[in-house]
Amino acid sequence: MTLSDLANPTRFLSLTTRILPWLAGATAILLAIGLTQSVLAPDDYQQGATVKIMFIHVPNAWLSMFVWGVMSIASLGTLVWRHPLADVAAKAAAPIGAAFTFLALVTGSLWGRPMWGTYWEWDARLTSVLILFLMYLGLIALWRAVEDPSRAARAAAILTLVGAINIPIIKFSVDWWNTLHQPASVMKMGGPSLDRAFLIPLLVMAVAFSLLFVTLHLAAMRNEILRRRLRALQMLQASQRPALP
Amino acid sequence: MSALGALIRRDIRIALRVGGGALIGVLFFLTVVVLMPFALGPDLALLGRLGPAILWLGALLASLLTLDRLFMADHDDGSLDVILMSRTPLELACAAKALAHWLAAGVPLIVATPVLGMLLNLDGASTAAVALTLLAGTPALTFTGMIGAALAVTLQRGGLLLAVLVLPLSIPVLIFGVAASNAAIAGPLSFGTPFSILCALSLASLVIGPFAAAASLRHGLD
Amino acid sequence: MRLSGRGLRCVRGGREVFSGLEFHAAAGEALAVVGPNGAGKTSLLRLIAGLLAMDGGSIDLDGGDAELTLAEQAHYLGHRDAMKPALSVTENLTFWAEFLGGIPADPAECLAAVGLSHAALLPAAYLSAGQRRRLSIARLLAVRRPIWLLDEPTSALDAASQRIFAGLMTAHLAGGGLIVAATHAPLGIPARELRIGGES
Repeated sequence: MTLSDLANPTRFLSLTTRILPWLAGATAILLAIGLTQSVLAPDDYQQGATVKIMFIHVPNAWLSMFVWGVMSIASLGTLVWRHPLADVAAKAAAPIGAAFTFLALVTGSLWGRPMWGTYWEWDARLTSVLILFLMYLGLIALWRAVEDPSRAARAAAILTLVGAINIPIIKFSVDWWNTLHQPASVMKMGGPSLDRAFLIPLLVMAVAFSLLFVTLHLAAMRNEILRRRLRALQMLQASQRPALP
Repeated sequence: MSALGALIRRDIRIALRVGGGALIGVLFFLTVVVLMPFALGPDLALLGRLGPAILWLGALLASLLTLDRLFMADHDDGSLDVILMSRTPLELACAAKALAHWLAAGVPLIVATPVLGMLLNLDGASTAAVALTLLAGTPALTFTGMIGAALAVTLQRGGLLLAVLVLPLSIPVLIFGVAASNAAIAGPLSFGTPFSILCALSLASLVIGPFAAAASLRHGLD
Repeated sequence: MRLSGRGLRCVRGGREVFSGLEFHAAAGEALAVVGPNGAGKTSLLRLIAGLLAMDGGSIDLDGGDAELTLAEQAHYLGHRDAMKPALSVTENLTFWAEFLGGIPADPAECLAAVGLSHAALLPAAYLSAGQRRRLSIARLLAVRRPIWLLDEPTSALDAASQRIFAGLMTAHLAGGGLIVAATHAPLGIPARELRIGGES
């Protein structure tokens, strides 16, 4: 099994038919374990039970960026290697990425609520996620604007790559803008210093959500391939010579 | 009547299908509103005070920019010729197209207002006030913008020219829309006065817009 | 029913396209407007359709429906096909039938008449130029109007489609209709010629 085998949409369909149930099962099991562990994790001495939002928020936030990375690689595949599945992968990933980003926003705002007293604060992290969300929506709008997916693919690929270069710049600018106005970010998360009681459920959840993405992404790619086949069949039907009346 | 219903259904359908612009307006609205704090600073008290004005400006620009193709698309593919030759009065056909545009592009802006209100630190009552004024005021924006869209067809120019033509016409709507929202939030003015004037502006534009647009389309025949 | 124009003058962009133009056509008759490019064939059709303001002269319809204007009793088939690519073939046709009112025909029959039954549910975007042309011809059948104003109707149509279209025009004329067509190519039906713009 090589990359060129995968390039064939028919083989991709038959391969994913076999592995998708396993992936979905693994995702469900890991999510169940992760959620149980998250519920059982101790309350934080400062934040109380609200800290448990972290177990949902952090994987979503991580995936919101990871999905853009996946789309960037797929975009390179479209522009440079002309891989036939690359734009399918890029198109299928965008709504999923947007959904993860949206969840990161909602959970972030719920998490911040007890600390800020409002659902929204122009906090550097959350603001960056919000801009990422807008970029996802723009990308989806671009895919939707053109009926012919192969024509939309190149435009979307260029936009995705420009976005990939721009996201760090935006992130830096937003951080700078934010520190200009308020010295410290409210939401602090110790990286390696995080307690083991929190770290393990968080890692499990991160893996579970990543698997969830892979499952959803493969399923969405299958849908997209089938949608394009349907379109091709419809065009074939349109070009038929009718029986003359 | 069934002719107008058919026109409204068709325009909404096109707006919601692939290539239609209904949701791009909301996205534009969202983006403009999100940009404001970067210019003003993230001070929640300040944003809360300016919130109604920001939301109104965003809605104004969003509803204007999506109007661009209101008649242009029908002109380009020849549909406008057939509409002109129909038994439906052109004024009513224009009104139906504007109504369809408002339903597909204006109503989503109002639906998005609570989310954006939250970003701008508006409380529930203030957000409801802004949404109510937008509900009363956006028809005026669409129906006066329609005049510009009709002129754009006859001049074969769209985009910025349309904005330059229509923005001054929408100043009264902006004034009373923001005034009514602010009155509801902070006082001291009563909410009723500016809101009534806003409704009056909308009603007047419902009459003036279709006639002006139809006249402009008729005289711009080529 | 008799359609006649006298002393027609048309000015486009400061240039006089034609002046003193006379024409007449009676029910059951096809008038083929011929002439070189720029002679004003399209302008004449759009004048009759009321899509262009007249710079002189008059167009009269005797024996039509007195309640309706000339334009409301006419179909105009222009270069552009007035169909939305995002809508399906049937949706496009049903819309025009509902919007134009009058006595609508069954959309499925109209599509069958122009050989588009197989594409009824497909988006109009998937149609070829000739098929789009046939779809706009189906619009002429979907709502009955006595006067057909056709601008280069046979362009983009292949030989088989031209024969179908000739049959539809013959049926329209037999039903008391009237056709004014601007054309370079032969229409495929007996037609009186109106030559404008001098030598071609």
